[in-house]
Amino acid sequence: MNLTLHVWRQASPDAKGRFVKYEAKEISEHASFLEMLDVVNEQLTVDGEEPIAFESDCREGICGTCGIMISGVPHGPDEGIATCQLHMRLFKDGDEIWVEPWRATPFPVLKDLIVDRSPLDRIVQAGGFISVNTGSPQDANEIPIPKDLAELSMDAAACIGCGACVAACPNASAMLFTSAKVEHLNLLPQGDPEKYRRVMQMVEQMDREGFGNCTNHGACQTACPKEISIDFIARLNRDLLKASF
Amino acid sequence: MELDARIPDGPIQEKWDRHRFDMKLINPANKRRHKVIVVGTGLAGGAGAASLAELGYEVLCFSYHDSPRRAHSIAAQGGINAAKNYQNDGDSIYRLFYDTVKGGDFRAREANVYRLAQVSVNIIDQCVAQGVPFAREYGGLLANRSFGGAQVSRTFYARGQTGQQLLLGAYQALSRQIATGKVTMFNRHEMLDLIVIDGHARGIVTRDLVSGKIESHVADAVVLGTGGYSNVFYLSTNAKYCNTTAIWRAYRRGAGFANPCFTQIHPTCIPSSGDYQSKLTLMSESLRNDGRIWVPAKAGDRRAPGQIAEAERDYYLERFYPSFGNLSPRDISSRRAKQMVDEGHGVGPQTNGVYLDFADAIQRLGQPVIKERYGNLFDMYERITGENPYEVPMRIYPAPHYTMGGLWVDYNLMSTIPGLFVIGEANFSDHGANRLGASALMQGLADGYFVLPYTIGDYIARHPVDKAAAEHPACAEVEREVSERTERLLAVGGTRSADSLQRELGRVVWEACGMSRNAAGLQKAIGQIAELREKFWRELRVPGSAADLNQSLELAGRVADFYELAELMCRDALERDESCGAHFREEHTTDEGEAQRDDERFSHNSVWEFTGVDQPPRLNIEPLTFEYVMPTQRSYK
Repeated sequence: MNLTLHVWRQASPDAKGRFVKYEAKEISEHASFLEMLDVVNEQLTVDGEEPIAFESDCREGICGTCGIMISGVPHGPDEGIATCQLHMRLFKDGDEIWVEPWRATPFPVLKDLIVDRSPLDRIVQAGGFISVNTGSPQDANEIPIPKDLAELSMDAAACIGCGACVAACPNASAMLFTSAKVEHLNLLPQGDPEKYRRVMQMVEQMDREGFGNCTNHGACQTACPKEISIDFIARLNRDLLKASF
Repeated sequence: MELDARIPDGPIQEKWDRHRFDMKLINPANKRRHKVIVVGTGLAGGAGAASLAELGYEVLCFSYHDSPRRAHSIAAQGGINAAKNYQNDGDSIYRLFYDTVKGGDFRAREANVYRLAQVSVNIIDQCVAQGVPFAREYGGLLANRSFGGAQVSRTFYARGQTGQQLLLGAYQALSRQIATGKVTMFNRHEMLDLIVIDGHARGIVTRDLVSGKIESHVADAVVLGTGGYSNVFYLSTNAKYCNTTAIWRAYRRGAGFANPCFTQIHPTCIPSSGDYQSKLTLMSESLRNDGRIWVPAKAGDRRAPGQIAEAERDYYLERFYPSFGNLSPRDISSRRAKQMVDEGHGVGPQTNGVYLDFADAIQRLGQPVIKERYGNLFDMYERITGENPYEVPMRIYPAPHYTMGGLWVDYNLMSTIPGLFVIGEANFSDHGANRLGASALMQGLADGYFVLPYTIGDYIARHPVDKAAAEHPACAEVEREVSERTERLLAVGGTRSADSLQRELGRVVWEACGMSRNAAGLQKAIGQIAELREKFWRELRVPGSAADLNQSLELAGRVADFYELAELMCRDALERDESCGAHFREEHTTDEGEAQRDDERFSHNSVWEFTGVDQPPRLNIEPLTFEYVMPTQRSYK
């Protein structure tokens, strides 16, 4: 198939960006979206132009490195996937596609489609861990955890830290990301002792980074490649309320 | 090159305990005066950096990613082995040790492997304490499964995302140390060379991938946890950024490279669909627990799988290996798949796969059970291929996946350069010629959490360093060399992208040094690789500049190093004139077509020493002795 792309090009954080039009020719429907961009970049290189800068690593939807706004939708028009898992069979010949970086004040553009997502790391550094040093903890089976609780915790832990929730949110809130890490740990007995401290510190850090507040749009869970539920935001709020008194 | 493995005396069960007692300690108050550089934040590097900081060392940690959480360990699906014997099915530390030595086809050091099995039990305890949400039974205790080639259920898992959850555990531990200030994290910094002062590794030179700035960092010791080099084949299951540059630069500075030809091909990947293919996707080997592998019995049979009757199918693994069947080790399963495809039994549009069929399991257990076990893998398969594996069998084919070879290390995980430690997949230590499923995560975490933190302390305690190393002329000299190499890549001025050139290299390496090898093919490949390397330096085009974020430049530097590594791999495969584990030389097979080892001539590690550009590398030998597990012909019948 042949496609027309409008790609955001921006040389550096301070440079002014703009959309540039490219033609993607003879793309196989079995190719992935990023392989389609590879083909475009190959041609740009041969033509002596700088290829479009975008990030991706595992190309299996688990590392969270990739993330592109595709015609206004984070990770594009398929559900429960990262950009790297988007396949061209979802597009048709002649389609026009707008390709942009995540748009959020806390995520400045570094180049083209690459943004700086380090605020998410700093939210985790504020309390997204269990304070246990490497050593000799008790035998793993001395902490029985009900299966459904372990499963629920795993649902939250599945977050890949891509930032699509922030990009999708009209407020650029990082509540889904933050709640996923808070509740992965707060739901487990191991995470219980630091539960309230964790939620306070992580939410405070989120605010300091300039993310907006949650106003229950739910766009984040629609965009999430791991389909993490906003129920975790409700749980975070409950923990936060308890922590505040 | 001196190769002293420094294996402690005593019975194998006591070596590690004795060694820990014999090692020198550093006073807790003094640890903060010692600085350690850790490159890489995967299971090994992340766990190591966090644990060293917890002990009190000042840690400088480097990653070329935007965040330490992106390291490729995150993509491991299946599970992690540990000799807990929770299932009461006869497992023990000794059995895990035995299985690993045997699985590695007697090309690993017994003492290292025994220690790995010993600390495996601590890893699970540690990870659970960190909040890793492993799968559980209804009683609340941990669930286990049997995994690729094991006859006991010793594998712990978190859905099909075990690597992700273990890595996030290490990442969280690391984040906690970053917050305390004990770890200074350098994201988007790529190590481009090693600084050696007075024969000791003392630092690295990095390029800031955003600003392009090249600078040196010095410390008391350097740790590389930079992963494997499967991307030398271009198409592999490794992430796009995975590369050999860190260990290759260390090799060029004097670190021995052991058994580079020991590379593992994973039997269950999705076959390639076309020329634009950028990488291959692995389907967890756990699928082999419930899936049955077959091909049409008649070569060239192009009917849809549903139309091929039971009697017309060849369940070849069950036929060849009645006791292990579909769970036969990776090397054996991979080679048999290649044999079937080569003999015309391949399936799918490009006849480049074999079937992995869940029909029996779905009938036996019901679709909900299969969905619970493998749901995310089935979804992933359908998304990539457009086929529903609940209804039609999956198609799979082997793909490069893991490299057992790597920088040589002694029992302390120190390379031949004093002060340079190498952990995880980047070293060569524990898997011999073939790694068992669910053992990579175990080794990465064992090295990072439970081995390195002890052994590096002993080294630092015995080697007081000159704190003024930052002003040493070696730093400026290495920085200059790195800048020159960067400029040289930009100056080639050809017309080809590094990516397209790397594809050509990958095809040659896969053909000659992939699943099966022979002398004539390897000799030819060595010549071809040299030509391709010249072509690279003639035809490469790197648009943009060195002074900002330039992904073409990053890739070009990595590909340049792959040419040199590819040549060394082929030399090693040629020199090792036997078959063992994943190294299959067509000249050396048993009557049944299995790998035929030659213990008389090759019961050793081949350790290559760099002697100069365009000079043949020097081969050094570390003999292997077996006192506990006697080498036998592996049999999985």
